[in-house]
Amino acid sequence: MDILVCLKRVPLAGGTLILTPDARDIETKHLGFGISPHEENAVEAGVQLVEQMGGTLTLLTLGPSDAEEQLRSQLAIGATRAVLIETDGQEWDPQGTAAALVEAIKAEETKFDLIIFGAESADSAGYQIHIRMAHALGLPIVTNVKSMKVENGTVSCDRVVANGREHYEAPLPAIITVRDGLNIPRYPSVPGRMQARKKTVEMKKTEARIPKLEKVTLALAPSKDKGAEILGKGADAVPALVEVLKQIGAF
Amino acid sequence: MILVLLDHDRGEIDPLSLRALTAARKLGQDVEAIVICSDGAALAAVAGEYGAKLLHVASHAAITDYTPMASGRALKELVEKLKPAAVLAAGSPRGNEQLAHLAAFLDIPMAAECSEITLGSPHHVLRARWAGNLIESANVHAELLIATVLSFSTEPESVNGAPATLAQFEPALEPADSVVKILSRDAGESKGGVTLNDAKVIVSGGRGVGGPDGFGNLEELAALLGGTVGCSRVVTSSGWRPHAEQVGQTGTKVAPDLYIAAGISGAMQHIAGMKNSKTIVVINTDPEAPILRYADYAIIGDLHQVIPALTSAIRQAKG
Repeated sequence: MDILVCLKRVPLAGGTLILTPDARDIETKHLGFGISPHEENAVEAGVQLVEQMGGTLTLLTLGPSDAEEQLRSQLAIGATRAVLIETDGQEWDPQGTAAALVEAIKAEETKFDLIIFGAESADSAGYQIHIRMAHALGLPIVTNVKSMKVENGTVSCDRVVANGREHYEAPLPAIITVRDGLNIPRYPSVPGRMQARKKTVEMKKTEARIPKLEKVTLALAPSKDKGAEILGKGADAVPALVEVLKQIGAF
Repeated sequence: MILVLLDHDRGEIDPLSLRALTAARKLGQDVEAIVICSDGAALAAVAGEYGAKLLHVASHAAITDYTPMASGRALKELVEKLKPAAVLAAGSPRGNEQLAHLAAFLDIPMAAECSEITLGSPHHVLRARWAGNLIESANVHAELLIATVLSFSTEPESVNGAPATLAQFEPALEPADSVVKILSRDAGESKGGVTLNDAKVIVSGGRGVGGPDGFGNLEELAALLGGTVGCSRVVTSSGWRPHAEQVGQTGTKVAPDLYIAAGISGAMQHIAGMKNSKTIVVINTDPEAPILRYADYAIIGDLHQVIPALTSAIRQAKG
């Protein structure tokens, strides 16, 4: 089976974010880059399916030419080849991104049986590119998948919600978006890394589209220190906490 | 007029939808609501209470349960008929998904997770990005604004309105619209009883718990307070606890009355999922842990001593 996984290069930020002087982007001078958390699960799912059923795993991204770094590191996990749609480094809006990805998929000789996305990007959280692509490609789509199985031309998926699991199925070809917890992403092996250097990353260009969801500026969310009241150290502080819990009616 | 999609689980409303209704009312126009699936008609009273005069109910034989693409189709049909200025829904996985289907059908932009909306030409929104750590100011170039309302950004406000009048309609679905839907459910990983979404008290553990065994103490405390156990991402990726318990950007976003964070340093992705809790208590050995910035109260100390002592003190106080 032929699988496509769509990825996005994002800065790796765990602590405080800093903005560029024009307040349009995150200052990335001191940050490394990676892919969004759920996307590691997407690649792992693709690699596992190809191991089980044979076929190919293609990676696709839209971003600056530096995104080759992320594609190579995921090729080392076991993907077959990768395609990079090169932008000028500007962020594209969801409609423009979806249109460019659709164009690239339609231009492929391979007709993909399954297209996998991470459930949400770490940085923009637009929640729509995959759905727009499903509409443009005429494919069924299941989102937020936490476990999956491919059998007899059907992808069978579970979504975890607060009160349990919901079961969905879609006939292939289909699009799914997956969440952290679907599997445990493997680390690249040394031979995997060696092979990744020789694998093809095909560079493509496309016209930028005028954004309809137009970013003006970014601002840091106000996160003023709530000024926690330190009740004390260790178990000695427990009586003070019990008083607080009583006051707020916790018991 | 502003049209609000009310999301529901077999006739039971998603409380986040009431926040979306409240946000819609603040735009100063009439508000109408829509539910998908015939059992949504049960929502007329609550829709009215929160300010919707009319509740459109989209029923179709093919919509037996949550069917996101069909929701998009039904919304499209109603939007083309009623020509609202905006369509809003909760910024929940389902709210985002159903409105994205609408946006895809109409091929117009959608702004997800908005904390502020100004109608105009273009429309303007403030929306949350980077797990709520960044606010984007954005223009939306379309006649119809499609937007979801950031969870917990608006408190639901009742207007004590009379039950909404029901307006039933049957959307003209294409066969492809109902291919993907909920086919069945099971209790899965959830333990039954109190879930993260409706827990009033969450006792959450992180790396500092040290392993799966350490969670016994947290469970005992949570049970004593009538709550449930949550955890950070490192806990689920280490396989100490099931994924259903994960709080944060990649897990569940929660806002209980009391959130006790034990042994959690507070990566911004975790903070994103719990910072709206009413009272936050932190138990951590590190007085510099980033999560302290978000805490109301803190004990600097080892959770392995503090939690059992707290449990027995509460037990004693309860008598």
